[in-house]
Amino acid sequence: MSRLVRRWEFILVVLLVAVFIIMSRLSPWFLDVRNLFDATLHFTEKAIIALCMTMIVITGNVDLSVASNMAMSAAVMGVAFRSGMSIGAAAGLCLLVGTLGGLFNGIVITRFKLPAMVVTLASFSLFRGIAYVLLGNQAVTGYPYQFSDLGQGYFAGTIIPNQLVFFAVLAVIFGFILHKTTFGRYIYAIGNNEDACRYSGVPVDRIKLILFTVSGLISSFAAVLLTSRILSTRPNIAQGFELEVITAVVLGGVSISGGSGTMIGVVLSLFLIGFTRFGMSLLNVPAQVMTVLIGCLLIFAILLPKLLDKFAQKSSRSA
Amino acid sequence: MVQLTPQKRQLLLRTVTRRETSLLIFTLALIIAVSIHSPRFFSVTNFNDILLNAAILAIASIGQMMVVITGGIDLSVGSGLALSGMLVGLIYKNDYALNPFLALLLGALIGLALGSINGLLVSKAGVPPIIATLGTMSIYRGLIFIISKGKWVSAHEMPDMFIHLARGHILGIPNLIFITIFFYGIFFYFLTHLKSGREIYAVGGNAEAARIAGINVDRIKYAVYTMSGFLYGLCGVLWVSRFASAQSDSATGFEFSTVTAIVIGGVSVFGGTGRITGVLIGAILISIVENALSVTQISPFWQLAIQGFIILLAVVMDAVMKNRDRKTVVRGQQV
Repeated sequence: MSRLVRRWEFILVVLLVAVFIIMSRLSPWFLDVRNLFDATLHFTEKAIIALCMTMIVITGNVDLSVASNMAMSAAVMGVAFRSGMSIGAAAGLCLLVGTLGGLFNGIVITRFKLPAMVVTLASFSLFRGIAYVLLGNQAVTGYPYQFSDLGQGYFAGTIIPNQLVFFAVLAVIFGFILHKTTFGRYIYAIGNNEDACRYSGVPVDRIKLILFTVSGLISSFAAVLLTSRILSTRPNIAQGFELEVITAVVLGGVSISGGSGTMIGVVLSLFLIGFTRFGMSLLNVPAQVMTVLIGCLLIFAILLPKLLDKFAQKSSRSA
Repeated sequence: MVQLTPQKRQLLLRTVTRRETSLLIFTLALIIAVSIHSPRFFSVTNFNDILLNAAILAIASIGQMMVVITGGIDLSVGSGLALSGMLVGLIYKNDYALNPFLALLLGALIGLALGSINGLLVSKAGVPPIIATLGTMSIYRGLIFIISKGKWVSAHEMPDMFIHLARGHILGIPNLIFITIFFYGIFFYFLTHLKSGREIYAVGGNAEAARIAGINVDRIKYAVYTMSGFLYGLCGVLWVSRFASAQSDSATGFEFSTVTAIVIGGVSVFGGTGRITGVLIGAILISIVENALSVTQISPFWQLAIQGFIILLAVVMDAVMKNRDRKTVVRGQQV
């Protein structure tokens, strides 16, 4: 019992229940199934990126370029569509560009043995810059109405949004890979001790390369969904998404220094943050106040386990 | 041929291979190339502009440099700068006649407080620098919106004396240049001649060895974030004075400009090395590129992409050099 209580996932479930109780008391519109399903539309794009980010953070790395990669691949898609390409082909091109962006990160990181944080900080500005170069301060609009079904529509006549279905399928796939395959075990091993992994013959560089490439692919997929949801492309889309994605991953119990964390924890924290935001928006809390709260949440998510550890050490010493 | 003594030859070799030398050559080449393309670039007023634009970036980059030398990073520079600038701007908006120099000091102290929060999180609570400052980056930015209610403080709400602070001249030289030289002088002395300054390098070079050598690593880490805060707080006031406005989205992404400046200037992202003179040239180089884009009428939208590309180029070059150095050492041992 005590082991269950001390698990981070358990704390997240308790918090999630608390949010539901508090929010439903504060707002009569919160506890409505249709509303709750629709609320997920505001965070599924970030949630999808968080799945791959979880793996990257577990290896002890981080990808700061995800949001800029979204903007770059969406911009390419916008320009391609504007110049007469069909929407399907443009979306395919978007996925290709995003994948190449991720591959580029991976190659620079593994080839030159540079910290992922620095490389993706550079591509954070490079990719966003390319989006601006392609679009200037213009927006691409006029996407066909059918295209909106992907990001706005509902799954086969139910009230479940398509985006949520995509997320659920991907979450299961990523969770399976992380927890049930050799590849997944290698991810944890790299996060715990990269040098030891190299000496034991784990293909560290290849795994990193795959993860960063997939991160690019997933980001551009999120870009397609976002474009379909808002039916326009601007170079400043998805600004600050990387912060929210990393916050969700860290709040989900993944250690930022690598080596530990679970997929279910991240999924829980995504819903926790998403529904908290939804509740606050029902209460007319301004977006800027939410930014402050998310920032505090990020720091507390890291501080809390450390403080608990210190507290536990103190109490065991006095006992 | 002039005969050189071995010592002199070594000195010459060291000067030539220094980062600052290659940077200076690159900068000069860039100036010549742009000047040939558009003669308008090569004028006293334009160079004055370039230096003025570089000044605030150069001062804030000193703080970022010290943080990166300890192996950390400060992503709260842009938000912290804007927050302290906004707070000082609001004082003027509410018609308090604050002496401009006191305003500068006040801004620096606000920054000091903001920076010490980062310092405490990193050194005492053990939060990784990137997470701590990513968090405070959004907290400080959000606070600006909240305290200003999204409104600007504009030129007519500030006394002339305050605007004069960053725009005025002494003996024909802009105040901003004086302030920049003043802080570079102080921090040059601090980083090269004082014990605490050298300890910053020691912590970044090898924290464990520094601890064993009796250096209080936590204290140094706390100090660099606090000093970075002090400097960006000061820059916030200068920013508001120079542009005669405080906006809630001022200096968004400025932290990336500081990282670019120091990385170009030869500060290693692995920590432990980097010189303040390189950082100064790095900041000026960024300002030249920015200015050249507008003079040559290339779309300003290229700015961000070029910045990212330059960071990449600089870190990749560093990594290549580092690998080569390591190989040379190994070969040296075999001989």
